[in-house]
Amino acid sequence: MITRDEFRTIAHNGVWKQNTSIVQILGLCPLLAVTTNAVNGIMLSLATILVMALSNVAVASLRNFIPHEIRIPVFILIVAALVTVVDLLFNANLHELYLVLGIFIPLIVTNCIVLARVEAFAAKNPPLQSTFDGVFMGVGMLWTLALLGGMRELLGSGTLFGGIDMVFPSLQPIQLLPESYPGFLLALLPPGAFILLGCMIAWKNWMDARAAARAQRKPPASVATAGAH
Amino acid sequence: MFAPAPYLLKDVSVSQVMTQVCIALVPGIVAYAWLIGPAILVQLAIASAAALLAESLMLKLRGKPQAMFLSDGSAVVTAWLIALTFPPLAPWWLVALGTVFAIVVAKHLYGGLGQNPFNPAMVAFAVCIVSFPALMSQWPSVGLQMPLVEQLNVILGLAPRVDALSGATPLDALKTALKLGDSGVDVAQLLANQDIFGNFAGRGWEWVAAGYLLGGLWLWQRKLITWHVPVAFIGALVLISGALWLYKPAQFASPLFHLFSGGAMIGAFFIATDPVSGCTTPRGKLIFGAGAGLLAYIIRVFGGYPDGVAFAVLLMNLCAPLIDLLTQPPIFGMKDKA
Repeated sequence: MITRDEFRTIAHNGVWKQNTSIVQILGLCPLLAVTTNAVNGIMLSLATILVMALSNVAVASLRNFIPHEIRIPVFILIVAALVTVVDLLFNANLHELYLVLGIFIPLIVTNCIVLARVEAFAAKNPPLQSTFDGVFMGVGMLWTLALLGGMRELLGSGTLFGGIDMVFPSLQPIQLLPESYPGFLLALLPPGAFILLGCMIAWKNWMDARAAARAQRKPPASVATAGAH
Repeated sequence: MFAPAPYLLKDVSVSQVMTQVCIALVPGIVAYAWLIGPAILVQLAIASAAALLAESLMLKLRGKPQAMFLSDGSAVVTAWLIALTFPPLAPWWLVALGTVFAIVVAKHLYGGLGQNPFNPAMVAFAVCIVSFPALMSQWPSVGLQMPLVEQLNVILGLAPRVDALSGATPLDALKTALKLGDSGVDVAQLLANQDIFGNFAGRGWEWVAAGYLLGGLWLWQRKLITWHVPVAFIGALVLISGALWLYKPAQFASPLFHLFSGGAMIGAFFIATDPVSGCTTPRGKLIFGAGAGLLAYIIRVFGGYPDGVAFAVLLMNLCAPLIDLLTQPPIFGMKDKA
């Protein structure tokens, strides 16, 4: 079915190496508009994970029956149907949050990540692998959006998990900075999202560069023999 | 981008240029400290300290030599422009935050001295006015009538920020009059009656602007700036304000008022003339200055913010590379459309 190595590659690709938000830079529209707090980012990511897993498994199962020439309209129809399901689910069960996320839930259908994974992965791979790919790509989006939303929220209003009461009515947002914190409004506005996203991309590249430098330093013996010839 | 020949240049270092820019700011600072309040000197010190600390930190992170870049004075010029464009009683952390943002984000993240596409001081102003509109709008209308110790306490947050210390600026008062429309007050009457208006612009502030004009003319005489940007800036501002003033003198203030209000003078001579973020060709400089002057007027009269110079300069910074590309002078000996 699926080997351990395959699974690890898919997970690593989704969460880090091909991270949708900080490597592929896809789906910037919801990223900028929704991540004014961590809860919004997490909930939109969860909706996207659901859509991606379902659409990947649907497309992967049907991949041998979809004519190559009209595959994109067919993919979009499948994704749109699934997004409608998720949209209605949110509307019915998390109505307050649904009002906050608004247009961005139906807009998941136009999110390039979903179509990109369907086209690049699910159309060429078996259903099980495709499901994992959808889930882990979504997890990659989840942690970046949660981190970005958390940072914007903390800088902008000094709280964390604002609006969590819309998901779990018993929980309250955490006030991390004192009440007198004036609030760095820029962080909550779209430019703040761009600046912080830029910082996150720089951080990711820095981590990768450091890892590459370390990997190069580790096997000095083989490098030395290669150079001796 | 290069300016056309002849390349007969004096061998001036960055630190010499920056020192002279600081000297040119002195008349304005003296008028500011004398007529508005000595709090500005405290703000200058806070901004300078924050700028040097941020510069040192970024140089360390980027592995650049400390002494050479710290002593070039560019950070201090940015800091002074920030302190002079922020409200005089802004809390210390607001000035420090703006300065740190200018040095770290607007200057060093783009590659440091000479690489920044936007004027760092104006980025600081835009960031702070967008993020803290209330604090950035607290301008004392007339001079600060309180002892220096009290001014210090307000800046350091030890004393409460009383509403009394901020009145409507002359520009705000005019904007309100404009919004009221025909039924509202007459601008000429407003200027004559209200305490906040002086001889030809805001009381006290008009002489600060005159100080900047003096320093700017000195910079031009020293050949540190060319005449293009200030003349185009002032010309555009005079043209549009004059046209509207002649059309409806009851609603719009005179060109003289606009020239000596808000950041017009410091913008025309010290901010729009920034050689890094502005245009380099002579024709480009004219377009750049005129665009900034026009936008500054539109934003300050019809927009929602107290003054428009910062946003005008930033918008023209965006256009500067394109303007430079389109105004390249023909190569010597070539036809005009080479």
